[in-house]
Amino acid sequence: MANIESSFLDVSYLDTLSYQTTIIHRLDPRIKLITTLFFIATVLSFGKYEIAGLIPFVIYPVVLIALGNLPIAYLLKKVLVAAPFAFFVGIFNPLMDRAVLVQLGPLELSGGWVSFASIMIRFILTVTAALILIASTGFNSVCMALEKMGAPKSLAVQLLLLYRYLFVLGDEASRLTRARSLRTFESRGLGFKVFTNMIGQLLLRTLDRAKRVHLAMRCRGFDGEIRVSRPLKIGGRDLGFMLGWSGLFVLMRLYPIPQWMGGMVAELLK
Amino acid sequence: MHMADALISPTVGGAMWVVTAGLTAYSAGKLKENIDDSRVPLMGVLGAFIFAAQMINFSIPGTGSSGHLGGGMILAILLGPHAAFLTMASILTVQALFFADGGLLALGCNIFNLGFFPCFLAYPFIYRKIVGERPTPRRILVGSLVAAILGLQMGAFGVVLETLFSGISELPFGAFLLLMQPIHLAIGVVEGLVTAAVVTFVWKARPEIMETAIAPRAIKAFSMRKVLGGLLVITVLTGGVLSWFASTNPDGLEWSMFRTSGKEELEAPQKGVHALLAALQEKIAFLPDYSFRKSAKEEPEKAGEAQTRGKSTKEESWPAVSVGTSLSGLIGGLMTLIIAGFIGFGLRKYQGRKR
Amino acid sequence: MSHHIIEVKDLQYTYPDGTPALRGVSFLLTHGETVALVGANGAGKSTLLLHLNGCLIPQAGMVRIGDFPLTRKTLPHVRRTVGMVFQDPDDQLFMPVVYDDVAFGPLNLGLPQEDVEERVMNALSIVGATHLKDRPPYRLSGGEKRSVAIASVLSMAPSILVMDEPTASLDPKARRQLIHLLKTFTHTIIIATHDLDMVLDLCARTIVLKEGQVLADGPTWEILQNEELLDSGHLEKPLRLQGCPRCGGERECP
Ligand SMILES: Nc1ncnc2c1ncn2[C@@H]1O[C@H](COP(=O)(O)OP(=O)(O)OP(=O)(O)O)[C@@H](O)[C@H]1O
Ligand SMILES: [Mg+2]
Repeated sequence: MANIESSFLDVSYLDTLSYQTTIIHRLDPRIKLITTLFFIATVLSFGKYEIAGLIPFVIYPVVLIALGNLPIAYLLKKVLVAAPFAFFVGIFNPLMDRAVLVQLGPLELSGGWVSFASIMIRFILTVTAALILIASTGFNSVCMALEKMGAPKSLAVQLLLLYRYLFVLGDEASRLTRARSLRTFESRGLGFKVFTNMIGQLLLRTLDRAKRVHLAMRCRGFDGEIRVSRPLKIGGRDLGFMLGWSGLFVLMRLYPIPQWMGGMVAELLK
Repeated sequence: MHMADALISPTVGGAMWVVTAGLTAYSAGKLKENIDDSRVPLMGVLGAFIFAAQMINFSIPGTGSSGHLGGGMILAILLGPHAAFLTMASILTVQALFFADGGLLALGCNIFNLGFFPCFLAYPFIYRKIVGERPTPRRILVGSLVAAILGLQMGAFGVVLETLFSGISELPFGAFLLLMQPIHLAIGVVEGLVTAAVVTFVWKARPEIMETAIAPRAIKAFSMRKVLGGLLVITVLTGGVLSWFASTNPDGLEWSMFRTSGKEELEAPQKGVHALLAALQEKIAFLPDYSFRKSAKEEPEKAGEAQTRGKSTKEESWPAVSVGTSLSGLIGGLMTLIIAGFIGFGLRKYQGRKR
Repeated sequence: MSHHIIEVKDLQYTYPDGTPALRGVSFLLTHGETVALVGANGAGKSTLLLHLNGCLIPQAGMVRIGDFPLTRKTLPHVRRTVGMVFQDPDDQLFMPVVYDDVAFGPLNLGLPQEDVEERVMNALSIVGATHLKDRPPYRLSGGEKRSVAIASVLSMAPSILVMDEPTASLDPKARRQLIHLLKTFTHTIIIATHDLDMVLDLCARTIVLKEGQVLADGPTWEILQNEELLDSGHLEKPLRLQGCPRCGGERECP
């Protein structure tokens, strides 16, 4: 997380996206969560040299982005920003695994390059799926879904509170950094001492805030448990979404669709 | 550093999910025993604090780079192991969802690497042992430094092992280890220094906070042996069940990393290198076992059958890889992409019209 | 039932770090009164308010709400009777969306689902914020946050409202709307504030605190005219009562 300030803007932009009311946004959050997890698991279950078999899976993000009215360029940019770790670990594959695996005319591709490409495709698919989940569902609903699906209540409550105060404390921190940068010159004042004072101050304020929030909760009858009333209902449309996609994922996992198409084209060409 | 979805196999990811779920349930249960309900808002707000604090950084002298607060250790010091673990889990979930740091399947791994080690090992067995009941600035410094460094070393080792077991990356164990551990040594030193400085600051400004943070949790009800034993059992069970599932279902979804990476075939002596390569080839839909001409004669559907099922035919055709075969895969893949693009475009158009 | 709904008698409180915040505060409030609590920074206003609904328990002296003296036993009853609006709405609005936040209190009271819904919508419509019900609090303006914070207290149907600096950081229009809103309430209201113009509009009675003690207690009109008293309480005549800045006269310039 190099530039955390812009990360905050990202959070709030993704949050904005989730307030739309498209057909995708209206689906039950549990359904979307399960489908996303199934998608990721299926994609990752392919062998490490798989490329063609992975390609049909783009249909899922493509359809959801289109129906959910999500900005594709923005999502792709976010995927790229997150890429370094997978890239740096993956890039060793071409170095280690040099056995020629594919021959395209004069072009020889080693197994390493193929598996590297496979890693990057997996990366794009899984990360996009997670981003789509959050942009089309919203964090709060994902938390509700988690809770309804049996995650410990205290975890769900933590997630909700964390998300709520992310914005408040993010503001406070950016005010602090702005105040510092207005009075620092040539990195004087950017040192460790000032830094720890700032963090310490922020932490003290945070602790005070926690105390006030607790008071505010107590004043309204808080007894250690947070009750959230939001009935969720899974309808036929939701079930259709989940079963339809899961079925498709299984089909795409079992049958090499690009192969068939390539074959058909070859037939036509002939 | 966060483990990424793209680098792990479903088996490893799934097993770690189960382990982490167990730890979460355990921590949540422990927390419930605690009567102090002020912990509820405190954890949430401190989780947000970790994010906010990461916006503030300092320049590391002589390196031109900058450092910031990581989180796990300071949470453990302020909240104790169970609450800190839950808070860390929340932080990592938000990072996975919003910043694509890690991923949903890798979330279990990440919570384990960055939550379990600092909260359940480094804090109780290193920090608390060094700092003791009566903290001094020096003890806090040494305790935070050692605990943060060791916590992160364990986390980094976790990343290496999980990558290794997943078998997606070719990076050899030793090389990866040599890469990861020193980087995390540096990160750990920074983390330890920052943690110590902030804790000392709070301790000086508002000693009562640190006292309440230390007092009610003389980790007595906390039996490490039980937790570790439980973890081991869970890991072995889930790993075992998933691999069993994978090995009995060779034609279904391939869940297992063993099959995926072709390592089992490697071990089988009678098959040899050729068989291994054949097994690899089988995995590459890019590499059909029919040539350009031949496929034209065959029914596409049958080719597909042969691709997934017919191991024997494949072994025969290896290693004859011709231009035509790869090309058909390539064309198919491209077409799939184009079709997907058209579908997306059409749907968006349709949506726009409806609105 | 007693005529006085709030009775505070010789209340004292010292913070754990040794700061004496209240040193013997006493007053009586009757049904339906709207009272202002004014005084310098650090005079002890917030500390006093925290006692009125049991966020703090008296160290010495007594607080009585309705027929019950405030003790740990009567706490649930007191919290139901006294609704507290905090100074910073961000502290008060901790739930993911406005609806959940307004429903937080009623759900804790153990009300059935339909009653909760009715109360929430009712409270939101009183403050004119029904359209905000599905919004998360971090996407509200300062004025909207304040309205919702008030609704989150109203939904518990308290008979006494306690507010800490309700007009702080509101723009003039939002402030005016808030004053109009408070005017329509029939609750007993006690407001800690530095906004003396609002006091003039809203509160018939004013209590001045100084260094943890009551400096004056009486009709707002009289207190706000007494320059000596105001000065010793670190206060200042509201602009409206000061002479016209252009001609120095008591009446407005023509
Ligand atoms: N949590 C605390 N710990 C220690 N002392 C405190 C605490 N909160 C307030 N005080 C002290 O108690 C005294 C009264 O504070 P209080 O917040 O009640 O004042 P106030 O009248 O509300 O001031 P303001 O107008 O600035 O809000 C002050 O001297 C303050 O420093
Ligand atoms: Mg105050």
